[in-house]
Amino acid sequence: MTHAAPLATHHTSMGLDSRKMAFWAFIGSECLLFGSLISTYLVYKGKSVVGPYPHDILNIPLTSGSTFDLLMSSLMMVLALAAVERGDMKWEKIWLFSTALLGLVFLGAQVMEFTEFVHKGLTISTNLFGCTFFVLTGTHGAHVAVGVLWLLTLWVRALQGKLGPANVTAVEITGLYWHFVDVVWIVIFTVVYLIQ
Amino acid sequence: MTEQSRPTAGAYLRVGAVLVILTVLEVGVFYVPAFRAVLVPVLLVLSAAKFTLVVMFYMHLKADSKFLTFLFGAPLLLAVGLMVALLFFFLGTLTLRGAAGAG
Repeated sequence: MTHAAPLATHHTSMGLDSRKMAFWAFIGSECLLFGSLISTYLVYKGKSVVGPYPHDILNIPLTSGSTFDLLMSSLMMVLALAAVERGDMKWEKIWLFSTALLGLVFLGAQVMEFTEFVHKGLTISTNLFGCTFFVLTGTHGAHVAVGVLWLLTLWVRALQGKLGPANVTAVEITGLYWHFVDVVWIVIFTVVYLIQ
Repeated sequence: MTEQSRPTAGAYLRVGAVLVILTVLEVGVFYVPAFRAVLVPVLLVLSAAKFTLVVMFYMHLKADSKFLTFLFGAPLLLAVGLMVALLFFFLGTLTLRGAAGAG
């Protein structure tokens, strides 16, 4: 009985890493998910028969800060990837932790925003705005939470000294997820918060 | 289909700076009453620029295989098409109802 040698790489016949290719296909499917949620928000925009309405309640300074925070977390993520590629153990830990920390700050701001809205009388069942707003931003927030957990897992591996140049694809895929969460927020910030 | 060279840390920082400037412009445009008439197209252009920068440089689509661009771009176009179609369908229905009501 012969045993096949384990594959060191995961390349497809196209010369692409199969994990990366599969992840891009997943991100494509996520585009459709968020496209549907954003469409639903837009279709029902301005059709609430009772308040609070978007212009009464949306906090632009807070969400501008959240947008800046998420953009900076994307920058930290690519710097973490660059550190892993060059085998810089010290900076990969720093950048990965900073990315996760900024993700947590974003989630904290979202919790503050949701709590404020509930106190002002807007819940998921108040009106069409509340329903579509909480489903869209809540789904995005859940994605951020998953991303933070994923980043912290990588950070723990980096602390254990198990994250080197051999794991570049794993870090790159985490980065792809994190940047996707960022680009979705770029769209949500414009469509939901700025175009009222 | 091999990957071209990745951006350097300096390039990542420059893209980050441009993203911050675009965000400041977005928020600035929102608060300036003079831009009220062109607010929506300006915000959409700024948002699309930020989206493109992140996807091209931070997600490396500029340097990666064109097939990955297709894997992302095709569903993205489908999602945008879905959004436009739904908006036309619902807003068009409302406009027709409004016109019928007025007539």
